[in-house]
Amino acid sequence: MASLGEIAPVPAPVARRWRLPALGDTLLALPLTLFFLAWFLAPFILLVVISLFDTAEFQALGLIQYAKFFADGYSLDVLWDTLELGFLVTALCLPLAYALGLVYVAGGPHRRTLILFLIMLPMLTSAVVRTFAWIVILGREGIINNTMLALGLWGAPVPLLYTWGGLVVALAQIQLPLMALPVINSLLKLDRNIVDAAEALGASRFHRLWTVIVPLSLPGALAGALLVFAASTTAFITQTLVGGGRIVLMPLNIYQQAVGVQDWPFAAALSVVFTVSILAISFLLNAAAQRRMRGVDAA
Amino acid sequence: MRLKAGDIAYEGAVWAVAGFAMLLLLAPTVVVLITSFTGEQTLKFPPPTWSVRWYMELMHSGELINAAWTSLKLATFATLACGVLGTAAALGIARSRTAAARLLDSLFMSPMVLPAMAFGLALLMVFSVLSVRLSLWTLVIGHAVICTPFVIRMVSATVQQLNPALEDSSFSLGASRWYTLRRITLPLIGRGVFAGCFVAFLASFDNVPVSLFLSDARTEVLPIKLWQILEASLDVRVAAVSGVIVVVTLIGMLLTERLFGLAANVQESR
Repeated sequence: MASLGEIAPVPAPVARRWRLPALGDTLLALPLTLFFLAWFLAPFILLVVISLFDTAEFQALGLIQYAKFFADGYSLDVLWDTLELGFLVTALCLPLAYALGLVYVAGGPHRRTLILFLIMLPMLTSAVVRTFAWIVILGREGIINNTMLALGLWGAPVPLLYTWGGLVVALAQIQLPLMALPVINSLLKLDRNIVDAAEALGASRFHRLWTVIVPLSLPGALAGALLVFAASTTAFITQTLVGGGRIVLMPLNIYQQAVGVQDWPFAAALSVVFTVSILAISFLLNAAAQRRMRGVDAA
Repeated sequence: MRLKAGDIAYEGAVWAVAGFAMLLLLAPTVVVLITSFTGEQTLKFPPPTWSVRWYMELMHSGELINAAWTSLKLATFATLACGVLGTAAALGIARSRTAAARLLDSLFMSPMVLPAMAFGLALLMVFSVLSVRLSLWTLVIGHAVICTPFVIRMVSATVQQLNPALEDSSFSLGASRWYTLRRITLPLIGRGVFAGCFVAFLASFDNVPVSLFLSDARTEVLPIKLWQILEASLDVRVAAVSGVIVVVTLIGMLLTERLFGLAANVQESR
């Protein structure tokens, strides 16, 4: 009888007032929705409200903080530099991710496992650890300087740490997995027949890559680009440690205003402008990619 | 098939860039591991002398051990919170095509694209307005929000592959919903739940932007402690901590891979 005991008895339909929601019942998302309303949406609304106070003593309401932001050239420059950093890192990640993806898709199971492992390795080791590694690589006595000096290519150590270029390369490495995974996925879903058709019609391999493979895998590249852009603009640790004190970007700026100067309304205004900029760029990228993809469909 | 010069150039170009990318992915981890065994006071690479002195030093670094302990507790509670809430939500919305479900999905994924610094500051303001004292629990709330997208993505991916007929047969055989959830649904999506929780745990353990605003002297977390040490001086102890983190994560990754096929889940969820 033990085996029969495994099967639950037929539930009595009458006595039951409340039933557990079934799979696919949106009600299951209610707890998380409430949690997000309280601790995710409400904070952002409060952030906007606080940014509308005129002084750090919370007396009068107004748009003074935003006027301050756009009037002093410094904050605007910082925002601009931050967005530029995001673009450069994303631009550097794209070809690397595509090359990895093409080699992955063309390979057998062993090569695929190896590449996936290489991609996940940095993803799963802490960002502080990866940043620290870049300090060792780029430092005055670091790997690059020592190698170049030993080879006699450089006469003296070249400053790499605390430079814009060093920061872009380090961030690209740190964020590359975010780009590589969606790109690989897109390439896997690609219909081989279309590529073969292009080949049969005489398109060279570079031509096929540019006119067939890249446009058709654009959704993956876009998803990756959005993640890399968002992650690299907000990567506080890497920005401050590899960039050094002289490169001030939005996250450090917000942190200094909020914790150092204790000017919450201005820090809030900076955060709002930063968030809106990121959202606007995501939206524009999305719209541009949608148009490009429609063009591919129509063709 | 004859090889054309263009094909060779193409293969060469792709492999060169891919090889560079692979080197880039691997190098930092290897560099950190090697550096952590230096016998010197500096981060000179390769190390002129070898020793395990920095690992020994760790055992006497009370503040680092405390910070690691806080981070572990924090990541555990945050993962529990977003694991339970996120799995329930993913079960609810992953297969639904309704506008409400799509909207909720974007809401739950948005912590991944919105600047985490802004969120950390915003949450600090909320606690300050509510006069809630900062503690481990305020940190858990912030981390649970930040880590939710990982759980939603990975669980949704497995839910979408679930055959609805299996649950329907369970119902039609008279099983209750609770029984079906426990015995049919959860075992089938267990892989996704576990992989999601694993990545969420790492994301919490690694998080800086939120902790930066919500942790104080009593709740100092490891990444911030390491950041402060590195800001002050390029202390080699950080290399040893990094070595420990890398090895522990690798073991966790291999175990997860063995038990649940983590790589497959990460792949599916994109």
